[in-house]
This record gives sequence, structure tokens and C-alpha cells, in this order.
Amino acid sequence: MTQATVVDTHPLDTILRADRMPHIFCPGCSIGIVMRCYAQAVLESGIPLQQHVVVSGIGCTGRVAGYMDLDSYHTTHGRAIPFATGMKLANPNLMVTVFSGDGDLSAIGGNHLIHAARRNVDVKVICVNNFNYGMTGGQCGPTTPLGAVATTAPYGNPEQPFNLPYLLAAAGAGYVSRWTSLHVRQLKQDILHSFVRPGFAFIEVLSACPVGFGKSNNIPDGLEEMQLYRERCVLARGVPLENLSIDLRENRPIYVGNFIDRDLPAYKPVTRVG
Amino acid sequence: MHGDEACAEGAIAAGCRFFGGYPITPSTEIAERFAQRMPELGGVFIQMEDELGSIAAVLGASAAGARAMTATSGPGLSLMLENLGLGVMLELPCVIVDIQRGSPSTGLPTMAGQSDVMQARWGSHGDYSIIAYAPWSPQEVFDLTVLCFNMADRYRTPVLLLGDEVIGHMVERVVIPPVEEIPHWERKHPGVPPPATGVYRSFEPDPEDLIPPLPHAGEGYRVHFTGLTHDERGYPDMSADTHHALVTRLNAKIQSHAEEIIRLEEYFMDDARLVVVSFGCTARSARRAVREARAQGIPVGLLRLVSLWPFPEAVVRELGQRMDAFIVAEMNLGQVRLEVERCIGRPAWGVHHAGGEMIHPEKILTAIIAAAKNVGAPGSRKASSAGGVQISG
Ligand SMILES: Cc1ncc(C[n+]2csc(CCOP(=O)(O)OP(=O)(O)O)c2C)c(N)n1
Ligand code: SF4
Ligand SMILES: [Mg+2]
Repeated sequence: MTQATVVDTHPLDTILRADRMPHIFCPGCSIGIVMRCYAQAVLESGIPLQQHVVVSGIGCTGRVAGYMDLDSYHTTHGRAIPFATGMKLANPNLMVTVFSGDGDLSAIGGNHLIHAARRNVDVKVICVNNFNYGMTGGQCGPTTPLGAVATTAPYGNPEQPFNLPYLLAAAGAGYVSRWTSLHVRQLKQDILHSFVRPGFAFIEVLSACPVGFGKSNNIPDGLEEMQLYRERCVLARGVPLENLSIDLRENRPIYVGNFIDRDLPAYKPVTRVG
Repeated sequence: MHGDEACAEGAIAAGCRFFGGYPITPSTEIAERFAQRMPELGGVFIQMEDELGSIAAVLGASAAGARAMTATSGPGLSLMLENLGLGVMLELPCVIVDIQRGSPSTGLPTMAGQSDVMQARWGSHGDYSIIAYAPWSPQEVFDLTVLCFNMADRYRTPVLLLGDEVIGHMVERVVIPPVEEIPHWERKHPGVPPPATGVYRSFEPDPEDLIPPLPHAGEGYRVHFTGLTHDERGYPDMSADTHHALVTRLNAKIQSHAEEIIRLEEYFMDDARLVVVSFGCTARSARRAVREARAQGIPVGLLRLVSLWPFPEAVVRELGQRMDAFIVAEMNLGQVRLEVERCIGRPAWGVHHAGGEMIHPEKILTAIIAAAKNVGAPGSRKASSAGGVQISG
């Protein structure tokens, strides 16, 4: 039998708060993977760590701010984007990333999300989409597929979900992509790319929440969901945005990739000389 | 200059360079003035998508080191209350201006009210203390806006300016002193550089005043700020003891400095036997009524609450020992009267109106005369149980 070896150091020691471990994430949860991609991108960005700020809302994903050894702000449910907006405008030298969940960003914070996209304010948004409200125990939300079972939709969700890339594109976002927690290289590259291009960026990361979403929808194991991503994910080349909706329970392609990358003037406060 | 413009100018004089807001009558002119003035001063004006976003942006700007504010009216303040609580918990200085109108709900958008007094005090969930001032003239709007920023930075907390439509839209002379005469209290900043290893304790209070110095984003302190109950490092700590200690300190840092925060003005109080308590635009009517009552030989004075919160309990309690009667005049149905009665331990006379028009001095005078005649009867110090009389304004 192989023995686990305890190592003294970890490559991400410089950027994670070791004194806050163990984290709260359940076994099989994807959030840690996405956090690692972000951490790696921050380290490779060449931007001094001191300039990076991470802002989260509330939810399991929202806890990420508390694990990053950066200036980190864990705000209120849905308000990470406007908080980040104020911060970026007050100090434009900061590289401000919003790291939050699908419910936080697109339900209670949905208004801020579309307006930040429209304004093209220079914050980078990483949205962990696990198709439910994980933290509060698996309720349905605006990304839960029609018919999927959730604790507040015991007979199946009666509502149509958002297709987030389509929504963000319509709101005017200059940069929109989608990966899954399986696509760690692409995801890290994409985050890195968002750092160098000015303006708003929205990166959706499809993620396993075996506890909140998986177990009630026949994907009870995080690994099984990763397997499913491996089998079904397709790079979307020329696929119309309106066809990007997802239902993990259906055997059809899950489109990933960068959908929008257009040069738009990033929001700047108005200046005038005297 | 009218009150709303004086507010923006006071903020600018105080060094405020960030305004995030959402238009709402009767506060909109504040945003408009900022929209005009920020570009030439290198500051930020941003019109947010709603008041939830406005206050969040203001807190973010504050965390990045800016003196930041927003302005609204009752309906907008209601939306801001959630993140007002976040500001209290994260101990982020900022100024929230509420130019009150007739309420509840949409109420009287273009007409005055003073009925957000309790919302300002208790609106967000949880036990917390707040600082609030209530100007009675455009000049005082200017001066108190400066004071709000100084208090916010001094106590590391959100501060409210509770104006009203009458004062917001009133045009009077406003003297703007030269920059060097504007008081400026610095935000307390960590006196030490960021630690090479380990964690900077962003919430370790200075034992002298209970207020922790505030490191800003981008300065290298690698802070963590959370609305969850947290320890001195800012790390979440779900323990009842930590929670109790934190919430107690957040209150104590304000309550223990009440004397430094409170601002009161007294008129004709030296030999007074009766006192009118009022604030904001209504205090203007009250002053007139007191003058007229004096002309009739009634020994009445005026206590003007320049600050509303923390409530001047000690002063009112002491007056309760000496005064024969209290008359509270306010454009709401008795919010400050409730506080006064709590302090004096007996009923006060109330002159109230739900809002929409200023309370006429005549109404207050009538109450003063009635109270003077009834000394020893219901509502007076010598009577013990009977209720105070309310006169609707
Ligand atoms: C104003 C407010 N409403 C409701 C809640 C309860 N709440 C906490 S997290 C959450 C949902 C989070 O879902 P999501 O953003 O998808 O994050 P996840 O936990 O799935 O990562 C809710 C409803 C709250 N904290 N604040
Ligand atoms: S509830 Fe879901 S999202 Fe939250 S930690 Fe567990 S697996 Fe992850
Ligand atoms: Mg979720």
C-alpha cells in the first residue's frame, strides 16, 4: 500500500492562507479547483501580489476571498460587483477580481452583473456555476435547469434557467467565456488573458456541487460530473450564443470556450480640465 | 446656494472624491453637483444602477482609501440598509446623506418629512450604533457634511446626514471657508509596515479608543474583511464569545465617545422651566414659537438636536430633573418624542405632523401655552401617569 507523504510546502503557499485550512468545501466540490486556477493565474500574471484584490459575495464560492492571501473582501449577498467597482475606480492601479457563485452573481446580484457588463468596468468576474445554491443546502436558482430537482423544487424546477454567456453578451460584455472545472489549463490561461485586456470580463466555470445539485439529479459524485464534462464538452466554434444553454441531465454537447472578445472602451470616470 | 448644493460642496471641501448614487428627489441635486464637479477635481462620480449598488460602491471606494459618499431619500435609504450594516461590520468610513421626504413608501417625493429618524438608528439588522446629524440651514448642511466625514474617519464607521426637503431645497447664504480652515481629521492608518510573514490585524482595536487603524487595499497588508463575525485578523470566527466581543466593541466605540460626537444648541435655556426639543427644518419653527412664547412671559427654551444619534441621553435626563414640561416638535408621528420620554421617564407633549409641510410656529406655540398652563397636570413633571398630549401640526 502506498503511503501518503506529508510535505512541508505547497506551490501555492505564497498566495493561500495556510492558517485558514482546512477549507469548508465538501469532498468532490469543484470550487477548490477553480480557486487554484485563479491563484496560479495571479502568481503567473507578473502583476505584484499587492495590486491584486479579490472580492466575493456570499455562498460557498464566496468563501474563496477568505482563503486567498491577498487583499480580500467577503461582502454581502449579490453586492461583490458594485463593491469591486467602487474599489477599482477609487484606485485604478488595483487588479480587481470578483470571485463568486451563480446565485450570488446572477440572482440577487443580477442587476449589478448586467450593468457592470454594460459599463465595461474593469473588473474580472469568475462565476462558479454549480446550478444551485450550494451554501444554503441545494435550493434552485436562476441557473438550475428546467425540471431539475432542488430542495425548493422537489417536483422539478418549473423555471427556465439563464444561459449566462448569452445574457452577458446581450448586456454588452466585451469578454465572455465558459470553461468547466475540468479545463484547468484553459481556465488559468483565460483568467491570465482577462488580466491583460482592459475592461469587464466574465468567465463562467461549470462546477460540481455533488451535495447540493448532484445527489438529487443523478450525478451524486464530483468525479462523475468531471467525467461527464470530459465526455460532453465541445469547443464552441460558431455555435450561436442562444444555443449555449446547459442541462447536465441531457445527453447533448456542453459548449465551452471564449465566446466574446471585443475591444470596447473600458469605463473611466469623466475627467475635465478646469 | 441651496442645501443640496451645500452638501456636495461641503463633501468636496472635506476631500470627498468619490460619489456613487442613484437619483431620487429631493436629494438629486447633490448627485448633479458631484457630476459637474468631480471631473475637474480628478474625483469619481458614478451613477449606479440602484441604491444597493451605490452603497456597495461607496464601501469599496472607502476600502481603497477614498473619502466616499452617497446621497438618497427614504426609499433609497431602505435599500441601503443591508450594506450600511456591512459598513458597520467592516468598519469602513463613509457618509450617507438622506434628504428626507414624506414617507412611508413613495410617499411625498417632493415634500419634506422627518420620519427616517428611527430607520437611521435601527434600520439594518443587528445591534449596532450609528452617528447622525440633522442640519437646519444650508450653511449647516455644509458644515455638518464636513463633520460627517471627519467623524466617519475618526470612528471608522458609516455616518448619516439626515436632512429634509425643506433644508435641501432652501436657498440661503453659504460661506465656504478657505481650504486651510476646513477641519480635517485623518483616518487612523497602521503605523507599521505590512508584516513580512503572518497576518496584519486589521481589527485589533487601539485599547485607548477601541478603534482599529484601517489598512487600505493595495498597500500590501493582505487584509481580509468579512461581514461574518471575525477575529482581530479579520478571519471568520463562528464563536459566541468572539461575536459578543465584536458587537459590544462596535457599539462601545461610539457610545463611549458620545460626548465628543453629540452636538446640541440651546436657545433661551438659562432660566427656562419648559423646553421644546426639535431638529432640522422644524427647529426653525420651534425657535420662532419659543421667541413668541417668551414675549408672552412663558419661561420656555429650545434644545436643538444638531446630532440625532447617539441620542443625548445624559443631557435630556438631566433636563428631565429640572424642567416642568417637554414639548417635542417633529415632522413625524413621535419618533424623537419616544426617545425623550424614555430619558425623562414621563410623557412629553408632542407636536407632530406626518410630513408634507412644515409645522407652523403657531402650532408649537399653542402646545407651549397649553403645557405652561398645565404644569402640575397631565404631561408635566408633577403628574405621574397621564399621557402627554399630542397636537397635530
Ligand atoms: C440577503 C441574503 N439573502 C439570502 C442569503 C442566504 N444565502 C447565502 S448563500 C446563498 C446562495 C449562494 O448561492 P451561490 O451564489 O450559487 O453560491 P454557492 O454556494 O452555490 O457557491 C443564499 C441564498 C444571504 N446570505 N443574504
Ligand atoms: S455545498 Fe456544494 S458548492 Fe458548497 S462546498 Fe459543498 S459541494 Fe461545494
Ligand atoms: Mg451556486
